[in-house]
Amino acid sequence: MMKKHIIYILVGLFLSVANAQNDTIVKVHNHDLELDVELENRYFLEAPAFNDQKRYYPSVALRPKYTLDWNDGDHSMNIEGFVRMDRDDERTHFDFREFYFHKVRGNWELSIGLKKVFWGVTESNHLVDIINQTDAIESFDGEEKLGQPMVQFSIYTNLGTLDLFYLPYHRKRTLPGAKGRFRFPIIINTDDVLYESAAQEWHQDVALRYNNSFNSVDLGLSYFYGTGREPLVQFDAPSGISALYPVIHQVGLDLQITNNAFLWKLESIYRSGELQNFLALTAGFEYTIGNIKSSGIDVGLIMEYLYDDRGDLAFNALQNDCFLGSRIAFNDVQDTSILLGVISDLERSSKIIGIEASRRLGESMKLELEGRIFSRIDHNELFLSNFRKDSFIGLTLIKYF
Amino acid sequence: MKNTVLTMVLLLTVYTASQAQDRGLEIAIAAEKADMGFKSSASTLKMVLKNKNGQVSERALEVRTLELVEDGDKSLIVFSSPKDVKGTSTLTYTHKIEPDDQWLYLPSIKRVKRISSSNKSGPFVGSEFAYEDLSSQEVEKYTYKFLKEQNNYLVVEQYPVDPKSGYTRRVVTYNQDAGYRIESIDFYDRKNALLKTLTYANYNLYKNKFWRAAELHMVNHQSKKETQLQFLSYDFDVNLTDDDFTQNALKRN
Repeated sequence: MMKKHIIYILVGLFLSVANAQNDTIVKVHNHDLELDVELENRYFLEAPAFNDQKRYYPSVALRPKYTLDWNDGDHSMNIEGFVRMDRDDERTHFDFREFYFHKVRGNWELSIGLKKVFWGVTESNHLVDIINQTDAIESFDGEEKLGQPMVQFSIYTNLGTLDLFYLPYHRKRTLPGAKGRFRFPIIINTDDVLYESAAQEWHQDVALRYNNSFNSVDLGLSYFYGTGREPLVQFDAPSGISALYPVIHQVGLDLQITNNAFLWKLESIYRSGELQNFLALTAGFEYTIGNIKSSGIDVGLIMEYLYDDRGDLAFNALQNDCFLGSRIAFNDVQDTSILLGVISDLERSSKIIGIEASRRLGESMKLELEGRIFSRIDHNELFLSNFRKDSFIGLTLIKYF
Repeated sequence: MKNTVLTMVLLLTVYTASQAQDRGLEIAIAAEKADMGFKSSASTLKMVLKNKNGQVSERALEVRTLELVEDGDKSLIVFSSPKDVKGTSTLTYTHKIEPDDQWLYLPSIKRVKRISSSNKSGPFVGSEFAYEDLSSQEVEKYTYKFLKEQNNYLVVEQYPVDPKSGYTRRVVTYNQDAGYRIESIDFYDRKNALLKTLTYANYNLYKNKFWRAAELHMVNHQSKKETQLQFLSYDFDVNLTDDDFTQNALKRN
């Protein structure tokens, strides 16, 4: 209930800001207001595994964005809200993806507030990327993130770029409710997940990343200390499932070598703490055949190997798997593109087949297609076996205002 | 005696051929020199794509360029429309001989991706401009042959050095009375058939030295599609530095 009030207030706020801006004549700053409206329809191909679940999930999402900059763009305020309304009450949620002040001066930058930061190079998995919590109820691929409170200082020199992060507050991963798909037999409420640290979400986290590009090499080295973003889940606990956020140290490496049409990629992490120590890596390549027969069409082939030391204890399905994918970019006026991929377990029969396609309609709309097929999922897969009935096709229409 | 005449004729042919090469190269160098010293510039432009049925689609973008003498220029392109690609930007470090370094920024997931620049013959955002048409024009990228002089126009044939180019040759018309500015380019595809013609129009002189066309019009003779680039503004006083062409700079647009 409280949540809904906040949403109304914020939408009202954005609209009043928009109106106020129209009346402003003095132009000492630039500002920009945008709104994306998404109509999503997800249809699940199989009857649900649990009683409350549905087969058809229509849903609406709003993404208002506002930026204000002054001092020739050296200072700015960046706000991006996100609201989703869905049949699953847990998936109905609101978040500030970003709400931060940003300052640039010469070769350094400072950001204070809620922000999104991405690290990494591979396509099938994002191991190194740790700053933001995953908004797991938004998408299965884990690419939707919650805004993270931070102070970020970034400096660029001839020796590379150094980013320092102070992360004062931990955000919990969103998890589906009883009516939602991609759930476990027992509902883990987002707030039920405990903390290893006595300071709970207020454990003060820090992170740093160094990255540099020399000729064909792009290298990133990172370190994180604090409460992990990934809950440590035990499926065999007395209550069925128990989950907690551990305090971790994580060292990360991301590397890409660009050699003509070949992109060679590697991401690796070593995570350690009182409760777990493990190594994980994703390595592979992307090869693009550009402008096939002068048609303008590019076809990329992607192959990645995924490894995770934790085996079945991993809160994902990628212990010893291979990803094979193809990216087709039509390079037409509507920017049509398709990404097809299959993740195959190298020890078991389990396969996840994915498709993502998009095409612009007119000047201000876009149609997106997303599908995941869970095929021949092995019963011994502790994590993935829960989603055996969750194959779906989703169609999203986005209108940009 | 016969042999001597033959040798003479051959030598003369070789001589004129190499003379045509030299003159072509000289013109390209003169054109490069005439445009040297702009340091940095920023421009906003509109791209109008027209298909063979006359249907029109538009894009708006901003281009910032930093001139480098030793190496190729650095450039940053930011899209402001269509709205679904708003904020998408590319950073390119061009090189005279080696392949360019290029990064793409995807604002929705805040991701900077290093991308391959080897696909230079492919279309730029669905337009009739190939990536190589928009890349910085370095003398080293072609070999030359002078074709003819017509009033103040000099016509030079250029052969791309890179085998990955989509062209066998380009025929470029320079205006020697106006800082060797380019008036038009004919592009010949890999089968040596006329593919596209680019014409430059509405030239303005900036800082009393730099000629910039306000309109570039590319016509594809084979597909009957057209793309117009309209420069809405040019600013040579932006004083950009290396700091404005980093991956951090790419992200903050």
